[in-house]
Order: sequence, then C-alpha cells, then structure tokens
Amino acid sequence: MYVAVKGGERAIDNAHAWLAEERRGDPAVPELGIAQIREQMALAVNRVMAEGSLYDPDLAALAIKQARGDLIEAVFLIRAYRTTLPRLAASNPVDTGAMAVDRRISATFKDLPGGQVLGPTFDYTHRLLDFTLMADGAPLTDAVPHTPVPSPRGRDGRGGETPRVPHVMGFLNRDGLIETALPDDTPPPDLTREPLELPADRALRLQALTRGDEGFVLSLAYSTQRGYGRTHAFVGELRIGIVAVEVDIPELGFAVEIGEIELTECETVNQFRGSRTEPPQFTRGYGLVMGQSERKAIAMSLVDRSLRWQELGEDFTGAPAQDEEFVLMHCDNIQATGFLEHIKLPHYVDFQAELELVRKLRAEAQAMQEAAE
Amino acid sequence: MSDDTQSGAYTFAYLDEQTKRMIRRAILKALAIPGYQVPFASREMPMPYGWGTGGVQVTAACLTPEDRLKVIDQGADDTTNAVSIRRFFQRTAGVATTEATMDATIIQTRHRIPETPLTEGQILVYQVPIPEPLRFLEPRETETRKMHELEEYGLMHVKLYEDIARHGQIATSYAYPVKVEGHYVMDPSPIPKFDNPKLSGNPATQLFGAGREQRIYALPPWTDVVSLDFDDHPFETSKAPHDCDLCGAKDSYLDEVITDDEGGRMFVCSDTDFCAGRRAEGHEGRLGGDQKSSKTFANSFEGIWPATAGAR
Ligand SMILES: [Zn+2]
Repeated sequence: MYVAVKGGERAIDNAHAWLAEERRGDPAVPELGIAQIREQMALAVNRVMAEGSLYDPDLAALAIKQARGDLIEAVFLIRAYRTTLPRLAASNPVDTGAMAVDRRISATFKDLPGGQVLGPTFDYTHRLLDFTLMADGAPLTDAVPHTPVPSPRGRDGRGGETPRVPHVMGFLNRDGLIETALPDDTPPPDLTREPLELPADRALRLQALTRGDEGFVLSLAYSTQRGYGRTHAFVGELRIGIVAVEVDIPELGFAVEIGEIELTECETVNQFRGSRTEPPQFTRGYGLVMGQSERKAIAMSLVDRSLRWQELGEDFTGAPAQDEEFVLMHCDNIQATGFLEHIKLPHYVDFQAELELVRKLRAEAQAMQEAAE
Repeated sequence: MSDDTQSGAYTFAYLDEQTKRMIRRAILKALAIPGYQVPFASREMPMPYGWGTGGVQVTAACLTPEDRLKVIDQGADDTTNAVSIRRFFQRTAGVATTEATMDATIIQTRHRIPETPLTEGQILVYQVPIPEPLRFLEPRETETRKMHELEEYGLMHVKLYEDIARHGQIATSYAYPVKVEGHYVMDPSPIPKFDNPKLSGNPATQLFGAGREQRIYALPPWTDVVSLDFDDHPFETSKAPHDCDLCGAKDSYLDEVITDDEGGRMFVCSDTDFCAGRRAEGHEGRLGGDQKSSKTFANSFEGIWPATAGAR
C-alpha cells in the first residue's frame, strides 16, 4: 500500500552530479589549477580572504574554483571552514608603520617622507580590452620599454630591514590639526566568538566592516559622499604592502614572527567644523582590509567616519551610513545571501495557512457586499 | 558510520566541544527563562543561513551517540532540506535516524509540530528565521530588547486590534505570537497557527535556534503558552476544511496539491509520518486506494504524478 518515494534524496544527488559537471565545463578545455587562480585572479582571492576572514590564498583560490567563480559562495566556503579551526593564539597588533609598501599614496600632500609609490594600480590604465590577452600572447604593455623598478620591499631576500614608512596622519597630528587617536589597550571584542550586541564600540564596528560585503560597504560610503550623512573625506593615506605577524611566546618571553600578510590600510582626513563637544579639527576614518583591496579599504574608512557621529557630537540625520544597527546587521553577505535565498526553500505550510486566511477574508468580504446589496 | 567520522575529519556532530559547551550554556539559560531570547555566538555552518543553521547548532549541541534523530521540513521527512540536514548528521555524528515521530529522541523541524503527540524526554528543535516577534513592528534590536524587559507589548496588541478593525479577525496565519508563562511574548517560528495549541503543556522539551540572528530560546516541558488574543476575539486555529485524501484524517494539517491545470486539487497530510502510519493501519481517504504516498506530493521534484501521468 505504502510507496516510499525518495524523491528528495535522488534530486539532491542528481543536482550535485550535474553541478560538478558544470563546474568543470568543457573537458576539452584544460582545467584551472589552484596556483593559476591564486596568481592570476589575485584580487578575487583577496576579496574572498577579506570577507571570509581567513588569510590563506591557496584555500581562497580553491574556494573560488569550487564555487565556479561565485565569490560570495567562495567566501561562504571559507567561512564554514574557518569556523572549524582551533584558536591557537592571538597575534600582537600588526605594525602598519613597518609595512613593506608596494603602494602608498596621499591625496592630501604632494610629497611626504617615504614618498608616493604608485605601485601596481589600475588607476591610470585606459580601460581598453587588451585582445592580446585573449590570444594567449604577451600583453600590450610589454611592448613598451619596461624599466624594472626596485621593489620597495625590504624582506624579499635582499636582507635589508624594512625602512619605517611614517603615517601621513602623524604629520597632521603634530600640529594638533587632526584629532588624536588615543592608544587603547582594551582587548577588542571578537565578532566571530561573541554574539553581536549593540551598541558596538569602534573596534567591533571596524571588525564587522572589514569582513562586510564590498558592494554593501561601497554603496554606503558612496551614499555619504552624496549627502546621506556627509563625511567630507580625503584619502590622507592609502598603503598596500606586507606586514609581519608576530605572536608572543610566553615560554620564550618574546615575540616570534610567524608569517607575513598583505594588507590595505586607508586613513581618511575628514573636514569637521566642530560640534558642541569637539573643537574644529580634522577627524579620521579608518579602513584596514586583508590583501590588496583598496576600494573596500577606502569605503570602510568613510563608513567608519560616518558611524562616529555620536562620539564627535554630531547630529544624527537619519542617514543609513550613520545608523550602527542598520550597517552592522546588514553588512555581512553570508548572512544576507542566506536569508535572501532561503525564500526559495519550501514554504507550503505557511503558504497554505495564508491561502486559507485569504479565502476566508474574501468569503466574508463577499458576504458583506451581498448583504449590503 | 561514514568514513568522515571514522577518520576523525570532524568532531562528533561537526561542532568543536568548546562551541557545543557555549551553545549548551545558552540552551540552559533559555530553559531557565522560558521564552527569553538568549544571544549566542552562532557559528558559520556548512549550510547557508536560512537553511536551519540555528536548529542544526542546537541539535548538534544536544545530540549524543545514542540518539535517534528525525528531521522534518514542512512536516515531511523527505523534503530536500530535511534530507540534507539528516544526511549532515548521519555523516558527522553517525547517529541513527528515523522517520517515526514516536521513535525519535530528537526531532529537528522547520515550520511544523508533528501531529503525533510528543512524549517526555523527547526534544523538538525548531529552525527559526526571525526570533523577534516584535521585529516587524519595531526593526531595532536595541528597542525590542527594552520592550521585552519592560513587558511593554502594547504595540503588538495595537497591531492585532488593527487587524480586527480592518478584517474582522486577527490576520496572522503562521508565526502567530504567544505569551510564555505570563511574561515573554515569543515567536513560535513560522508554524501554522493550527500548531500553536501543541506548544502549551507539551511534555517534550522545545528548543528554538536562530543562527543568523544569533538567538536561542526554549520552552521547558509543561510550559504554559498562550496565543495572543482578545476576550471578544478568542484565538482560533485554522486548516483547510477537508479531510486528508490519502488517509482520511479529519484533524491533521493539510497541504494543498494542485493536480491539473483545470482547478483539480487534493489535500494531503503535511505530516508524512502521521499519514503513512494511518494508512498502514488501514485508514483510507478519498484517493487513498491508488498507491500514492503523501511523500510523493511532499516533493515536487518528482512531479505531481510520478512515472506515468496515466493516473489522471
Ligand atoms: Zn493523511
């Protein structure tokens, strides 16, 4: 009498098999290697590391391959992996002043100690499709004479110590023109180990922003430029490079370098006319993102500044970028995409309940109408 | 047991012991304050938020190797996501699974409470999308937490009253808000209000997990749960005014299945185990004779009529 139809199980198995086939694409085309993705899709790898909150270029490249290039799906794979990793230690704060910079620019000063380093940027490329890349040929840019620039890195085998590159903000600070960022040794909260509770402090907000969705943070930052909680920002300094990660080893009594990571750091200088509580001076916004992720770092610093309205005695204008709860509760793309996409799961129980209700309401409305006639 | 658990690639039930301890602490707190939403540090799980990560974490924290797990979605054991979650625990915990409500020690559910009455010692784990019953009246968490603290539920009563003024009745058909032990107003998750009476005085332990929103709440056994209403507009359950076309049940919650493009439809139990059990006992509904199980209808991937369309 009873026929068990295991439709769900079979459907899932078939879907997975089909997905694997689609991921591979045409077998006549050589399969992508992880190293190829890591080396040639580095900015995608960086985004996945930043939003996945895990610095591991190989795993990020693997995630991109497995996710068929869907970066949010790749971030998700990394997050789900990351959550299973044990916490062995917490590093010391990284010293971005000792960064071996590949790129370091200031929009507020023409020249400065340490110099402007343009680095490998798209900024002044003409966005013309380079068809030689399509033909597996040498890229066009190789046609022009190319003088190798000595790498500014001190750690790349030349043995030299990295020269300190002072922060631009420090120059302004000496004249009292910019708010002083007071050192704070409070251990920062950990968004991934404690539930997010509001109001959040700045450390927690920055943590949420740095792993927040690039598109969301970008659009929020853009909205502040267009007047929704104006930030009046200049890029005081943007730097990209390698910093050392050090961990204190209690048994040894000193810190040991355990590796290097690439970071993008942005500090904005924001116009500020003073408020009831603060004198006129420049204020700061801060962005720090794993990898070369400069759009994200700039956007993050604008949103950071916007969220600081209370601390600086500014008015809350109702702009989304000023609204801590709005920003923090909605910036995580893994949460967002999960909740958004879950509406495609079966809801027929709820829908049935709604159907009955609407039918009942309609029947009653009709009865009332008939009674009135 | 699968290779994964044998090779130790995962800890039992996927989550590390520290995380499970953190979740158990949240569950214990939730049981001590029925209906109160306890924040917990929800982890990223290998399935998306919205797919039941809260329920999965609660289940993972409760599971022991001796447990027998049942997973349902929309009342059915064979909906794709129920299959997926059941497989997850088979793979990572190697626990026995069952489709029989009576035989399960832990039941993870999305959107339904089983028709078969639960018994003492059983745990029912709900997947919760939005744990805050006041969320759609007040979007700010900082505000709603204050409202719960002060038992300031006027906004909810105004909303229900406005429903009555406009529609002559309370126009909420699922996720119908309840009051727990005279204090906290609680969202019972998106179960149809048909299931609300089963929340109260239930001998089983009821745990609610919201992963994305990082909240756990609970109803210990025999907790008093009242669906919000007014004296002159008492709470009423509702279901499709039909009997199950397969097993003839008059009192079970029904799924409506469209059978052709000319308005044909049938009604079948949403609880597939309940329906199958009744049919095994010889109960037969209007269309019960023609060899179809409600599982067939519970899963649209097989099409409405499996294999041959001749049954039409
Ligand atoms: Zn039935």
